[in-house]
Amino acid sequence: MEPNGGCKSLLAQKSIRELQDLMEKGECSSRELVEAVSAQIEAVDGGINAYVDVNKEAALLEADAADARRAKGEKGLLLGIPVAIKDLLNVKGQSCRCASRILEGYTAPYDATAVAKLREAGAIPFGRVNMDEFAMGASTEHSAFGVTRNPWSPDHVSGGSSGGSAAAVAANEAIVSLGSDTGGSVRQPASFCGCVGLKPSYGRVSRYGLTAFASSLDQVGVLSKTVADAADTLSVVAGHDPRDTTSDPAPVPDYASALGEDLTGMKIGIAEEFFGEGVDPEVAASVRTAIDLCISLGAEPVPVSFPHLKYAVSIYYILAPAEASVNLSRFDGIRYGNRVEAEDPVSLMCKTRDAHFGDEVKRRILLGTYVLSSGYYDAYYVKALKARALLKQDFDKIFEQCDALMSPVAPTTAFKIGEGAKDPLALYLGDILTIPSNLSGGCGLSVPCGFSEAGLPIGLQILGPAFAEEQILRAGYAYEQARGPDLFRRWEVEDGR
Amino acid sequence: MNQRTPDLEHVDVTYVANLARIELSAEETEKFQAELDTVVAYIHQLNELELEGVEPMSHPHPRENVLREDSPVAGPDAELLLKNAPACVQDLIRVPQMMEDS
Repeated sequence: MEPNGGCKSLLAQKSIRELQDLMEKGECSSRELVEAVSAQIEAVDGGINAYVDVNKEAALLEADAADARRAKGEKGLLLGIPVAIKDLLNVKGQSCRCASRILEGYTAPYDATAVAKLREAGAIPFGRVNMDEFAMGASTEHSAFGVTRNPWSPDHVSGGSSGGSAAAVAANEAIVSLGSDTGGSVRQPASFCGCVGLKPSYGRVSRYGLTAFASSLDQVGVLSKTVADAADTLSVVAGHDPRDTTSDPAPVPDYASALGEDLTGMKIGIAEEFFGEGVDPEVAASVRTAIDLCISLGAEPVPVSFPHLKYAVSIYYILAPAEASVNLSRFDGIRYGNRVEAEDPVSLMCKTRDAHFGDEVKRRILLGTYVLSSGYYDAYYVKALKARALLKQDFDKIFEQCDALMSPVAPTTAFKIGEGAKDPLALYLGDILTIPSNLSGGCGLSVPCGFSEAGLPIGLQILGPAFAEEQILRAGYAYEQARGPDLFRRWEVEDGR
Repeated sequence: MNQRTPDLEHVDVTYVANLARIELSAEETEKFQAELDTVVAYIHQLNELELEGVEPMSHPHPRENVLREDSPVAGPDAELLLKNAPACVQDLIRVPQMMEDS
């Protein structure tokens, strides 16, 4: 491995804002930046396995184009910045396998809208990052490409499903990454790997070109080194898209303008249910310290209650598999990817889907098919939809009393590789603190707030109602600025040993 | 098909796998049986809730009749789409014979 002292590696360690400053002054080019990120991937990805595909030559051409745009006087939040893309967002001409064997050989025929917006802004979709197959999982262990390891401790998971995105950003193998969050898949890996994770409100970013898992829950999200970088990236990718009827027509605010104010007058809700049974005392203590710091910055604590939190996992593990079982019916061996040939079309589908879906995907499809099948629909699916309405009412009441809710992102720090595979239900229960935001359609942010005794990162979750991104970013930014070096530092190569 | 009597304790994995078009091995069926029964036992906690009269929520921000101008736009490139198919004959995707010979 290369030591991390070289100039190029230092470039890869920087945030978007720091790099824009350097590029604006002419001290580095987008081409040098792509080279630096590539060098870091070559140096450390053998041990981490964040990337599933990298096309450096194509990225260098796009970097040159971005440098030319800058030379003509153009500026932009993401101009010349390489962005690692989770393997379920379509980038025209690149593979898009959703970490599944069933999509082997698939080349995206078009750009997802979020990707098209990156390109317009002069950013470079560079490299495809690992994930749990079809975004189903919380550890990136359920990937046809093998597990992505936690940069802070290689025998621990990176989280999931956007584990490749989080590990790449944390280990300076990416400046920023686009992921997706259906039940916590951006926030939880960000928490496990020690980077920032932003799940925008449902409808804020177009889902066109995002391979669908659960259509009423999925949202494109951002994994970044800083809160300001998340705000800038959201400003670029957010907005209405005629190709996604669920994308919201509300204008996109300038998210950066929300940053920088102190927290005077901001009401922070604290619900004890989020610190209940199963939450590691070390995690709870770290998050409470973070909340205290926010209070010292002027925020006002407001005790609130979330009585239906304990039902979140049940609701989610009915609705998400139900939607998934329908969405994944398109992977039938007929139109794309891998096929197992057979005598008749039905056997072809049955054999293809058995041979090329992984266990977790099969488990969810079976569960979803079960809860939607004749005789069970009312007993499970409709019941879960009603319970979802009650959970949303809890949130509505909470946000009448406060501007944002603060809690841990996950009940624990990253767990050991192999531990989650033993008991699927136990792994599902770990999603309890992130799921409610997806079920209600609100927004959420994960900000690093310390390390455990074992040296693993811990994340502070800041939740807001739908379209309150400015509030959660403001709170996250103020906290991040005040946090201090004991609670966070950027990764060095030595940390991965 | 005859109306099946719902069994809320055990998932009929073989029946469900057939609906989902996944051909499971006997070993897989057994494994998923145990795992799914555990998950289903857990989600029965929703029976504790009083849900009478609650309006089901299928979407975070429901929007109805989202319309756009009915104007022609370029569709995806057929050649690129066909390249992704596992088997083609000319401009068509090849599949096994659907109907029996008469």
